[in-house]
Amino acid sequence: MGFALTIAIRFLREGRFQSLLIIVGVAAGVAVVTYISALVEGLQGNTIRRTLGTQAHIVVKPFEEKSLPSLVARPGELVARDIQPRAQRPRSIDNWRSLATEIAATPGIVAVTPIAAGAGLAIRGEASRSVAMIGIELDSYDRIVALREKIIEGVARVAPGEAMIGQQLAEDLGVSIGERIVLRTGGEAADTFKVSAIFDLGNRDLNRRNVYITLKSAQSLFNIPGGVTNIYATVTELFSADHTAALLKQRTGADIESWMESNAQLLAALDAQTISTRLIRGFTTLVVMLGIASVLVVSVVQKRKEIGILRAMGATRAQMTRVFLMQGGIVGLVGSVLGAVLAKLLLWAFSMFVLGSDGKPLFMTELPLDLAVTVTLVATMCGVLAAAAPARSAAKLDPAQAIRL
Amino acid sequence: MSERAELLRMSGVCKSYGVGTPVAAEVLHSVDLAIGQGEFVALIGPSGSGKSTLLNIIGLLEPMSSGEYLLQGRSVASLSDTELTRCRSDTLGFVFQFHHLLPAFSALENVLMPAMIRTGRFSDADRQHGLSLLDRVGLKAAADKKPGELSGGMQQRVAIARALVRSSPLVLADEPTGNLDTHSADEVFALMRQFNRDEGTTFLIVTHDPRLAQRCDRIVELVDGRVRPTDVHDMAASKA
Ligand SMILES: Nc1ncnc2c1ncn2[C@@H]1O[C@H](COP(=O)(O)OP(=O)(O)OP(=O)(O)O)[C@@H](O)[C@H]1O
Ligand SMILES: [Mg+2]
Repeated sequence: MGFALTIAIRFLREGRFQSLLIIVGVAAGVAVVTYISALVEGLQGNTIRRTLGTQAHIVVKPFEEKSLPSLVARPGELVARDIQPRAQRPRSIDNWRSLATEIAATPGIVAVTPIAAGAGLAIRGEASRSVAMIGIELDSYDRIVALREKIIEGVARVAPGEAMIGQQLAEDLGVSIGERIVLRTGGEAADTFKVSAIFDLGNRDLNRRNVYITLKSAQSLFNIPGGVTNIYATVTELFSADHTAALLKQRTGADIESWMESNAQLLAALDAQTISTRLIRGFTTLVVMLGIASVLVVSVVQKRKEIGILRAMGATRAQMTRVFLMQGGIVGLVGSVLGAVLAKLLLWAFSMFVLGSDGKPLFMTELPLDLAVTVTLVATMCGVLAAAAPARSAAKLDPAQAIRL
Repeated sequence: MSERAELLRMSGVCKSYGVGTPVAAEVLHSVDLAIGQGEFVALIGPSGSGKSTLLNIIGLLEPMSSGEYLLQGRSVASLSDTELTRCRSDTLGFVFQFHHLLPAFSALENVLMPAMIRTGRFSDADRQHGLSLLDRVGLKAAADKKPGELSGGMQQRVAIARALVRSSPLVLADEPTGNLDTHSADEVFALMRQFNRDEGTTFLIVTHDPRLAQRCDRIVELVDGRVRPTDVHDMAASKA
């Protein structure tokens, strides 16, 4: 290896301008590939994070009410309810405690929390807004939707008679910490709550809609004593959520949906983006490899005499092959290290100059170390691969002919 | 002839180029040649007579078309390319007409190249050895210079040092003085003579210079692809 490395380095240094050009070419290609990959990875990661910031990976829902025969069979005051299939009163999940226990025991599930949620109005004085009242157990809920870290004012706490509301709702109603609001359901049940905390979920609509209260308060407001409307769960492997959900659904017979199903359109868009990125990566790699190969083909011709001398002095065909493979590898390695640095600068520039409306970077765009390492390894391998044909022709060169020149 | 161990023996060696093409030509017709260890032999002949071709075959740089060639008693006809290369590396040193040094390496590194090809590095011991060789060809001061900074005669002296770095028993020189002025040519020739005397290295030197050829132990003349028969008894006569 020492021989091949030494000769490869000297040959590259000797063809100064040529080597420089191709290394810059590789660097440019690697920078494009790395930059685009990091950007898209960052963008997709950010999109998914935002989507899942307020969503559970897996959600258990009550069964859709399909005109229950019991209601049809019994005429009277119940008929009036039957005419409105979307009952004001949220339905609760049967047997939710054993279901939650079973889900929690499933491999791949890291956290489970019960939810009692429904629509209603938040009222303060003359002002009222329609809201989603979400009854939670803060500790377990926080493990699924990190609510505590989104609190911007007050104390993260839901005690009986307390509510946490979003920034926008607080503005709309003109309430601040410690003041009271009335929450009323469609079913005319109402109660007064003291605002314990104000949060920012990073989304104005959610800040306007979500109101968090204790599970018990919600159960009594919605008149589902002891019941819950949903079970939320978090998985370890984000993208196996659909498998886990399908498995659970099959095992428990409950209506279970993963974030991947409820965001199918988003995921399809991300997939299309990923495919485009791959195409760009593939073509750039191809162009860079062709560049390396053509420079080395020329180099073999230029170095015929030197190759002949080395062969006469005892270098084997295999050694000459390695000299040129090594040159390809060095060009790939040096070019890709430069390219990675260039990509880092580009990403830095992106985060400095491409800002969102709030003056903050659109999203975090760092160059992940593993991406940089992967790109460098792949580029080095591609360099060696691109050198295969020139290396073969160098090895096949007839030393007697080369020396006669 | 019996006093010297035989270094190489060729019998009935033929070489054709372009076999199977309309321009096929036989360059060597049944060459018979024997060289003993420690000999200092001139190979002469008109241009195009096949001197370089013969030297390349002896140097295992190209294969013969037919015949038998024993190098150090070993038949080379059936050796693989890798075996030929190993054999070349262990047995043969080369000095070419146009210097043929590697321009990217210093004089010292050029001298060490045959060793580096085998070991993969320029070791300190090798460096010392290379420097002493450069000293003997009078170029110690130029050790770190690139070939481009040296005169033709100096480059050729570097090439001689390189041919000797692995103590190869046989050095093949193809018109080593062909590109040099008389003074430099004499210097280079004298160096080869000196190594022949001091180390017992065998030399086979192609030359167009009758003056230098006369100063060799023996002259082999190639005419129309054949060794001229007068040569045969020269060997015994030339023994000093
Ligand atoms: N690769 C080749 N293909 C075809 N013909 C060749 C090849 N190499 C050499 N020849 C021919 O072989 C003949 C001998 O060439 P060679 O170089 O051995 O002669 P030489 O005696 O060294 O001549 P010079 O004194 O000019 O160097 C020449 O006619 C040459 O044209
Ligand atoms: Mg010749």
